[in-house]
Amino acid sequence: MIVRISGEDQYRLDDSQRDQLNELEEKVVNIVESGAEDGFGDAFATLLQFVRDKGEPVPADDIESSDVILPPADVTFSEVTSDFTGEGLIPD
Amino acid sequence: MAGLTGRMSTVIKAKVSKLLDRAEDPSETLDYSYQKQVEQLQNVKKGIADVVTAKKRLQMQESSLQQSVVKLDTQARQAMAGGNEELARAALERKNVAQTELQGLDTQVTELEQQQEKLTDSEKKLRAKIEAFRTKKEVIKAQYSAAEAQVRISEAATGVGEQMADVGLAMQRAVDKTENMRARADAVGELEAAGTFDDITQLGSGEDDIDRQLKELSSQPAVDADLAKIKSELGQGSEPAPQIASGGSEPAGQGQ
Repeated sequence: MIVRISGEDQYRLDDSQRDQLNELEEKVVNIVESGAEDGFGDAFATLLQFVRDKGEPVPADDIESSDVILPPADVTFSEVTSDFTGEGLIPD
Repeated sequence: MAGLTGRMSTVIKAKVSKLLDRAEDPSETLDYSYQKQVEQLQNVKKGIADVVTAKKRLQMQESSLQQSVVKLDTQARQAMAGGNEELARAALERKNVAQTELQGLDTQVTELEQQQEKLTDSEKKLRAKIEAFRTKKEVIKAQYSAAEAQVRISEAATGVGEQMADVGLAMQRAVDKTENMRARADAVGELEAAGTFDDITQLGSGEDDIDRQLKELSSQPAVDADLAKIKSELGQGSEPAPQIASGGSEPAGQGQ
């Protein structure tokens, strides 16, 4: 499974790590959907760190499409919030 | 693929795919997609140059503000030596504002430096992918039938396209940031030129009223302390001036 952290790198993760990745992401999504920023920064940083720690960076000259794309590390809460409603980081 | 991955990723990924669809014309020949990649690489280089320009601009403003700080400090000393405490206070208030602004600029310059590094890194990765694509394209063309080659090269082009979309996104964020900074820098420059420098706190910098009030509260003691320091250096202190920082042994301001 290839995971891209936008603005950073692509990482190759073992498929066995998918559940844990989903779990961490679900936490972030739950916070975003609650609309309250509390805990967003930490939860999101934990998610990205998991990818960096468990993943193997894909070499730059290796052409792969990602299975998962995560927002950049410096994404703001409002960018993420509005991405779930249509605008935000990447406008529709 | 959707459903296997989380919501956040699915949303972002769908958007990136949309970006790619918009950018890709199925009628394009395969060689043209390589040309387009090279063009995009040029855009990234231009984007990096823009960030560097914005950074230099802020650095120039920094050095002009530094000069203002020195000048205002001298003016305050001269005013005090001439017995005009009110004028001295006004100069010190401006100096304080300029110093605060300097700190803000410093943060912005650091931020732009990080943007520059990130973009340079992205450019390097994109260049490596494009180079790999060029080689792969030729190998595929030589090894497969035209129809099969088309499919395989399209796959590779999509992989490079994702990288391009990602670099594009990073560039857009950098541009937005530098534009915000430029607008603010321009406004500061205009205020400075118009002599209404102390209105700087009116500028939108993401601060709210509470921030501003707190800043005012904390700038007042700083101005008082500066004033007391100058007084004591001029031997005018009516009572022992509070010890401020480490500047106690500076020579007294030149009287007239």
